[in-house]
Parts: sequence; C-alpha cells; structure tokens
Amino acid sequence: MRLALERRPEQSRTMTVVSPLIAIAITVLVGAIVFSARGLDPLHALYVYFVEPVMTLWSLEELAVKTAPLVLIGVGLAVCFRANLWNIGAEGQFTAGALAGAAIPIMFPEWQSPAALPLMLVAGVLGGIAWAAVPAFLRNRFGVNEILTSLMLVYVAQYLLDWLVRGPWRDPDGYNFPESANFEGWHALPTFGDGRVHLGAVFAVVAVVVLFVFMSRTLKGFEIRVSGEAPRAGGFGGFSRPRTVWFCFALSGGLAGLAGLCEVTGPVGQLQPIISPGYGFTAIIVAFLGRLNPIVVLLAGIVLGISYLGGEAAQIELGVSDKIAQAFQGLLLFLILACDTLIRYRIRIGRRETAVATDA
Amino acid sequence: MTGLEAVIMTIIAAATPLLLAAIGELVTERSGVLNLGVEGMMIMGAVGGFAAAYVSGSAMLGIAAAVGAGVAMSLLFAFLTQTLVSNQVATGLALTLFGLGLSGLIGEAFTGLPGAKLQSVHVPGLSDLPLIGPVLFGQDVIVYASVALTALAGWVLARTRLGLVIRATGGNHHSAHALGYNVIAVRYGCIAFGGATAGLAGGYLSLVYTPQWIENMTAGRGWIALALVVFSTWAPRRVAVGAYLFGTVWIMGLYVQGIGINIPPQLLASLPYLITIAALVVLSGDRLLTRVNPPACLGQPFVPDR
Amino acid sequence: MTDPRANDPATISAEGAPDEPGGTPVGTGRSSDETTGDANIADAAGIADAADAQNGGYLLEAIDIVKRFGDFTANDGVSLKLRPGRIHALLGENGAGKSTLVKIIYGALQPTAGSLRWQGGRVSVANPAAARRLGIGMVFQHFSLFEALSAVENIALAMPGPFDLAALGERVTRVSAQYGLPLEPGALVADLSVGERQRIEIVRCLLQEPRLLIMDEPTAVLTPQEADQLFVTLRRLAGEGCAVLYISHRLEEVKQLCHEATILRLGRVVANVDPETETAASLARLMVGADVHEVSTEAHASDGPVMLSVSGLSLPSAGPFGVALRSVSLDVRAGEIVAIAGVAGNGQSELFEALSGERLAPARDAISIAGAPCGTAGVTARRRLGAAFVPEERLGHSAVPGFVLSDNVLLTRHASDRAMVGGGFVSQLETRAVAKRVGGRFDVRTSRENPEASALSGGNLQKFVVGRELDRDPRIVVVNQPTWGVDAGAAALVRQALVDMARAGAAVLAISQDLDEIFEIADRVAVISRGELSEAYPARDIDRERVGLLMAGAHETGESAGRAPPPEARA
Repeated sequence: MRLALERRPEQSRTMTVVSPLIAIAITVLVGAIVFSARGLDPLHALYVYFVEPVMTLWSLEELAVKTAPLVLIGVGLAVCFRANLWNIGAEGQFTAGALAGAAIPIMFPEWQSPAALPLMLVAGVLGGIAWAAVPAFLRNRFGVNEILTSLMLVYVAQYLLDWLVRGPWRDPDGYNFPESANFEGWHALPTFGDGRVHLGAVFAVVAVVVLFVFMSRTLKGFEIRVSGEAPRAGGFGGFSRPRTVWFCFALSGGLAGLAGLCEVTGPVGQLQPIISPGYGFTAIIVAFLGRLNPIVVLLAGIVLGISYLGGEAAQIELGVSDKIAQAFQGLLLFLILACDTLIRYRIRIGRRETAVATDA
Repeated sequence: MTGLEAVIMTIIAAATPLLLAAIGELVTERSGVLNLGVEGMMIMGAVGGFAAAYVSGSAMLGIAAAVGAGVAMSLLFAFLTQTLVSNQVATGLALTLFGLGLSGLIGEAFTGLPGAKLQSVHVPGLSDLPLIGPVLFGQDVIVYASVALTALAGWVLARTRLGLVIRATGGNHHSAHALGYNVIAVRYGCIAFGGATAGLAGGYLSLVYTPQWIENMTAGRGWIALALVVFSTWAPRRVAVGAYLFGTVWIMGLYVQGIGINIPPQLLASLPYLITIAALVVLSGDRLLTRVNPPACLGQPFVPDR
Repeated sequence: MTDPRANDPATISAEGAPDEPGGTPVGTGRSSDETTGDANIADAAGIADAADAQNGGYLLEAIDIVKRFGDFTANDGVSLKLRPGRIHALLGENGAGKSTLVKIIYGALQPTAGSLRWQGGRVSVANPAAARRLGIGMVFQHFSLFEALSAVENIALAMPGPFDLAALGERVTRVSAQYGLPLEPGALVADLSVGERQRIEIVRCLLQEPRLLIMDEPTAVLTPQEADQLFVTLRRLAGEGCAVLYISHRLEEVKQLCHEATILRLGRVVANVDPETETAASLARLMVGADVHEVSTEAHASDGPVMLSVSGLSLPSAGPFGVALRSVSLDVRAGEIVAIAGVAGNGQSELFEALSGERLAPARDAISIAGAPCGTAGVTARRRLGAAFVPEERLGHSAVPGFVLSDNVLLTRHASDRAMVGGGFVSQLETRAVAKRVGGRFDVRTSRENPEASALSGGNLQKFVVGRELDRDPRIVVVNQPTWGVDAGAAALVRQALVDMARAGAAVLAISQDLDEIFEIADRVAVISRGELSEAYPARDIDRERVGLLMAGAHETGESAGRAPPPEARA
C-alpha cells in the first residue's frame, strides 16, 4: 500500500475549514490515549483539561489573561508568515518590549503621572520593533536568513533580562531576590473584573479587527500576500520586497513588544528572570492554527490558552505534569501541518505502484 | 592533567555536539531538505539517551536510545515534509516545539538524578602521553564518532555515487527524478541520517557533557548547528572548523570568568548567539563562497507526477 | 494492409486512425494519408519484414497506450512502432500527448492501460533505469542536467556499473569527439551554453550504446547551424542501426530529417505518414485538425515617434548563473513590432527585467519610455508612463498562482487604474469587472467565475495575462516569449492581438525564441546573443540563415566571442 498525492486544481475551501478541526480532534484523541495509558479515566481527564477551564467566570478571566498575549503576538506573526517571512524570535521581541517599557518605572519610580502608562506602551512597542529590526536589517542588507538571526536574539534578550533583574534593575528593597520593584499606580495596566484581565485583552481584539480589514481589504495587505505567495510576481507588480520585510518585522515585533509590556505591567507586575511561559513560541502555533487569518487567530489563541490552563488544571487535579501542555501544543502544530496537505492535495491510498526501484 | 590539556578537552567536549548535529544537517540539506527541527531531535536524543542509560545502567544502551530517538523524530519530519509535502520551515519548527515539550514531559521523572556517564577510552601507554595522550587517545567514543562521521560524510559526498546522487537530488530534484532516482527515498535517508547524528549529539550532552538531564539543556545548540551549516557553505571540512571555533567561544566564557575578569556572565553566555549572527553576516558578504554549494532545491517541496 | 497482425485491434494503421470511434476527422489530410501509408508499408517490407518475420522487424511497439491524469486523458489508445535504423517523427501540438507517450516509453510514467513490446517481447518499463537497461536513451526538452555538477558527474548519474569518474571522463572525451560533439568533462554545467548542455545529454545517451534514442524537441533551443550539426549526428546514428524517435512540431526539419512520422492530436494518433511526400501545410493540418488561422499582418516600416528607447544599457549578471547585458541599444517606434530573436538563456530575461524596471539600470537615460528617461524608475513608474509588460513565466511572475484572476488584475494595474484603489482600500467590484472584461475580450475560458490563476490552462492564462495588459490600451508593450508553451489557437489569438495593438499605434517589443513567430509578426528583427543585441533589421531584409548566424554570435564584439567561461566563474 502506498500513499499518493494528487494536486487539486484549486485549493479546497472546505478543507481550509475542516483540516484544523481534524488536527484538534486527533490531538484530543492522542490526549485521551496518553491519559488512559497513565491509568486515568480519559473522559474525566479530558474534561479537566479542556472543558473545566471554560466553566467558571474565574477561569474564563484567566483564559483571557493567557489568550491576550498569544493573540497579540500570533496575529502579528500571521501577517509575517503570510509574507513568507519567518520571524521565530517573537519571544525575544516580547522580552525586549517588556524591558523597554519597564525601564520607565524602574528608572523613574517617583514619576507617577497619567502620561507614564501611554509612554510605557509606546516604549514597549518600540522595544519590540528594535529587536525585530535587527533580523529585518540583516536580511535586507546582507541577505542573512531571518530564521536564525531572530531566534538567536531570543537568547540574547533573555540573558539581557536576566542580567538586569539580577544586577542594575534589582529591587533595592527586595531582599536580594532577582526581581525588579513592583509596578503600581500609573505604572500598571488597568484591569477589569476580578482584577486579572487587563488592557492587553482589548489591544488583542483591536489588533485582530484592524489586521483583518488591513489584510483583506487594503492594497498594502494585498502587497504582503503577493510578496509571500510569489515574490517574483510581487516585484513585477511594483512591490518592494525589502519594504515588506521591514513592515512585517516591525509589525510583528511591535505587537510582541506590546504583549511583553502588557504582561509585566499586568499579570506579572514586575520584571523577573522568566516573564513568559513561551508565549512567543506558542504564538507560532496560534498563527498556523489560525490559518494566518486574523479572525481565526483569535479563536486559535483561545484554544492554545485553554491548553495552558488545562495543563495547570491537570497538574493540580490529576497529578500530571504541566509539561504535557507544551507537548500537546507541539503535537497540535504537527497535525495542523499534516492536515493542511488536504487543502492542496487529494490523497489516494492503496493503489499499488510498480515504479519504485532505482539503480542508485 | 595540565591546564592546557583541560582547556583543549573542554573545547572538544563543547564542539562535539555542535559538529555531530551540523554534519547530519549538512547531509540533509545537501539532499535539498531544510530541517529546522535539529534542536527538537537533539533534545529528544538527550532525554531518550539519559532515560535509557538510567534505567538500564548502560551508557552504550543510552547512546543507542539517543540515536533511536533522533531518528524517530526525523522520520516524523520526513513523513510530513516528504510524503505529505508540508512546509519544511513550519514543520521543522513544529519538530522543535514538539521535541522541547515532549522531552520536558518525559524528562521530569529524571530531573536531578545522576546518570550513567559514558567512560572515556583508555589506550594503555598512548593515553598517558603528555598533552596528546588524553586529547588524541583519551576521548570517549562519541568524540571519535563525530570526527569519523564528518570524514565519512565528506568522502561519501565528494567521492561516491551515493554522494553524487544526494548532491544531484538537492541540486535539481526534477532531473534526478527524470533519471530514475527516487528523490523521496534519498531524502528520507538523508533526513534519518540527520536525525541519528542530532540524537547522538543530544545523547552526548546528557551522557557525557553534563552528564544529567536538565530541561531545555540543548540551549539553542541545534540552532547554532544550523547556522554552522550555512557558515560552512555546505562543506564538511569547514563544518568541523566552525564547530571547533564555536566550541572555543562557548568555553571561553568559563575561563574568562575563572581568570577573574569582571564581565557579566550573561554577556559571556550570549556570546555564542551573537557570534553566530556575526558569522552569518560576514559569510553572506562573500559571494564566491556561496556560489555553487547551496543546494538549489533547498526547502522546496517535491511531488513526483505519476 | 500487409501488416502481419492487421487483425489485432491494437494496431493502428494509417487508415485505421480516422475510423476510430470518436476520432476527429482528418479533413484534407486524409487522401495523402492513404497514399503515403501504402508507400510506407512497401518501404518497410523491403527492409525489415524479411529480417524478422515474427514482429515485423519492430524494435519497439507501443500498443493501445492509455494514460489518464485524474479526469484528463493525455493518451487515449495510442500505438506507435519503431524500426531500427529509422528516424521516426512524433508530431503534434503542445498538449497532444507527445511528452506523455514518450515518458511512458522511457519509464518515467506508467500507462493506465496498454502495453509495450521490445523486439517482439512484452516488457514493462518500471522506471528510466529499466529503460536504459533495455537500450533506450532519452534527451529531454528541458534538460535533466544539474547545474552545480560537472559534465562528467552529470553523465555518471545515468551510468550503471562501477563509479570511476576519471575513466568515465576519458570515455566521454573519446565518444564525444567521435560523434562530432566536443565536450570538456570537467566543465561545470552552469558555465556551458545551451548547445553544449544538449551535447552532454546526447553523449550521456551514446555512452550507453542505445538501440533507441528519443529526442524531445531537440532543436527548440539551438541555432539553425547547431541544428544542422545535430542532424548529421542523428543520421550517422541511424546509419549505425539505432532507432531514433524524434519529437518536434517544426515541420520543415521533420520533412528534412525523418523517415516516418506519427501525428498525435488530443491524445490520439490521427495519422502515420511519410514526411517526405507531405507538405508542411498538410502536416500542419493533420496536427491542428483544421486550417490554421493565419495572422494577418504586413511587415511595414513605421515612421512613428520613438516610444521605447534603450541606449548603451549594460548590467552585470544578477546571479551566479545569469547573463550580463552589454551595451544594449534599441529603438521601438509607435506602430511597429520589433522582435528580438535568440537562443534561450542569452540575456532575454535580463533584458526584459531591465525594460520592465524590475531591475534598475545604472543611468537614468539608459532607458526612455515615451520620451521620458526612466532607467532608474521602478516598474510602477514605467506603467504610469503607458508601458505594459508580459513576462515569460506565467505562474509566479506574470500571475500569482494561488490568487483569483481579479486579484491578478490588481497585481499590475493598482497604480494605473484610478478606480481600483481608493484611500489604500481595494475596490473588488472594479477588479472583478476588469477581470471579467479581459476574459470576454480575449476568450479566456474558465470552468467557473473568477478561478485561481493556477486552475487555467497555459493558453488561457497567457491570453489572460496578455489581455490584462492590452486592456489598458498601453502605448508600449514589451512581451517575453508571447506564445511559449501555449496551444495554436491561443498563440494565434495572442499574435493577432499584438499585431492589432501595433497597427493601432502602440510600440510593441516581442522577445521570442520562435523564428516562425518572429517572421509572422515582426516588422524589424534584432538578435540577442550572450547579452549583446544586434542592430534591428527590417524583417523583409533578413532571412533565417542570417538570423541563425547572429544567434550564434556573429555580431558580438571581439572580446566576448571566445567561448571560454568567464574567469571569475570558477571558484
């Protein structure tokens, strides 16, 4: 038996919708198998993991807290990936944004003014842009692969954060813990509800709507899509590839920076050596599960947000390591990519082919 | 052991995982496949190797398990990218994210446990020679394997029909197919080789270098190995040079601190990543080096028409 | 019929084809079929039947071959018989099923139904290696060569037996000299001309001492002189007893070279004829199935204003395997078509990209459009000056494969059509309307409204991308390979549209490898060779032979006439 692919004349619209659902379904199925292999009741375990997180108001708010950075970063990455640009360093841009924004309250703790927060937000965005500008510049100027450079800068940003919170930015009254002072007053993000959901969730929704309209209705959005799909045709259309590189990296870096700033001025409330449970990487999965479409990215962000909460719940209630969340996330991305084959190809199974031997 | 010996030994130890991972990826890329999942295969090799060695008490079984884990991961990648023609960049990323997640899950039970360390070779007489004794004759088998595999890959690629077929597949898969070569099979093989060496590299980290299981212990070495392949312009000999240069940089940090120079350790720790970026920039300026070697089909999907 | 197996329903004789159920009537070609069919049999009986009574002396028989790709039937019951020592032409339009049939014979494709016989015995050719073991060699139309490998490495890939490059290199040198195909074994393919690359392919086949050599459109990339040289080699091979299957749609050369011809149309055999007794026109009718629409034009000298002017344009090659442009100068006037002939890979794409503005010239006045110097202006600025461009590659350059046609309209017209974009927002109403108009005006056939570009056939997509530009009523049209790889109907429509544009006052520059096309539409002809452009001669003052000499570089300046690869090319 063998598997043969047959190219469809056009992309299948049905499969565009169905394939991520298949991927999620298989992930859940694998989850059930893993849980029962550990001697747990799979149905109960799945309930704890995937359903409970959305059953109470408290956990829904917590879901919004987790989803906001995923969507903010993911929606920027979706635009980037659409342009066939591989910014995989969002985690670094997230960190850089957090650092740039946090510099204001740390260096001027006395300056409590309504102007402080907007300024911090701008600084956060600029920090993310600055970090993303390096791979963009190196790619445009020297033709250096942006995948490697953007990823390398993640480590650099994390070491920079580590150095700052252990050194110059350590809270003088913090009993020598590697932490900055807490951000309070005009240095902290306004919150809603029970006090966990923050302004970042609003930013995420706004970014989704704006980028949806931008990508589907404007000439610039068209330019980005052409540039990714067929760069040569993009050049023929009069669109500059370097300009697209700059734009996409600035956009995704800026949004990641904003997410980072929101995280440290919101739920975290200070700088610590680790400020993200891998949001920048998980957002890659969000972007793909979201079909690189801003609206769907919002839904995908919620799914991945649940996977974080479910991981925590599973640890508490089932005694399963919360590391399982990351494994599920990776598996999900695999399955999305595998199922996406159905969009472009029909799969034929079973017909025997004779021509396989070579004299190699 | 003298100070110089110790320095050289640690440099070799730091360079070996880079060299192993890079030489496998080089062969994979020569066949036209870009596998960005080196980090994921490596970390699975590390956890698989450690777990097997801990459970069985045998370091050699650990090595076998590390290789097996790397190959298994790479075949997953091969199935997606070759059989299902998924995007290679995205699939490689998925492999890395999946590997990091799964290894964390598997490895949790092994965190902080002492492992079975792979012993170094001892050749009576030769290993006791000053300086060259331990450096040349007192290493462990993985170090020798890394050098042997690099030489082997270089020889196969340059001098044998198999190597010619691999280069042809990476250069023009349509022509290779038209000549009757099974492009997909060649690529499956090269991807599996890359998985084996990346798994071995991971096993080296958890069985020799550290030797214990620490989450995310690969620390970006898989990505640096990818950069090394570019840096070497797909030439095995230059990959070896590059790996040892980077091993030196990696180790330099420790010694600079040891001497007592006051540099933030975080800066030294970020040096390998910064230098990787710098190396990529310098190399890309040299058009002569980048002319012929980059496989023309690198990263492009291939679907035979039947 | 005297065919010993005439009762075998699989055998298609000259008369059999038109009677086939569903077969297209051959029209006026029919009578000549019958006579030549008889002549053929008489001839064949003299040589081969006596030699081998069992299978009529055939080396290879393809019987009732059917090949389907999904819903599309590329070969529909095709039969073909080849004899040793004969050059057998396989004629047909693009899409007639020639390549499919040949790939099946060579083992690169497996037939859906039907069988192959080799020297009378049934064989299944599992893959090209198996074909080579039988003694079948093939020279591909788009060469199956590896640019980054040397000539001898390329050959070694197709050779069974022990791997010894040095010994093989010596054999290559010997055999290539023997057949008049000089070759340097160590040369990197990327540094070789198209003709030299073809020699590698041929030598690669010859080294395996083939009994059957398949040549897929071998002269499409050669100068007339190089083609003549190739014919000498092929005749010599046939003289040594090798069968040659010669695929072409160039009728004159088939008449000149081939002993027999099988004509395919829409996946079926429509006739087996003796090409010598046919005329080019009768062969063409058999191929197309109807009288070919003749493009109505009359070469004339234009005295309109110069609309496109290139002066002293030099550009270094962009990539390691590219061609540098050297001091190219050319004027195109309103109302005329200037054609640029040349063998593929001599700087056509580079010239096109310099003209379109995808690559910028070093000086502003190297290129002028409608009198405005714009050498350093991008493609959008040039479009605003009234220029329109059609590149060679349809998918990925002219059009985005995965985008619908209306989005592909936006691709090149976003700057010149005011109504398409307002305040940064795209008017889908307008892009759809234009796509629809282009489809109607240029007979673009689609299975549904506004499909993705990749779903169109080559001919329909070419009509669309040409139509998209001409629909703007541009003052200047630059088109690279206007009818490359499209069916005859679409080709005629595109050529006629270009001629009509010029007659309506536009300046048209057509870059083409197809000399038939050039002489059909051009008012003046220039030739490009290794990045140098000749003077443009009035079409009526220049013949094919002269164009052929220019294609081989007769106009090039001394320093570049030598064939040595550029010194900096070898690292």
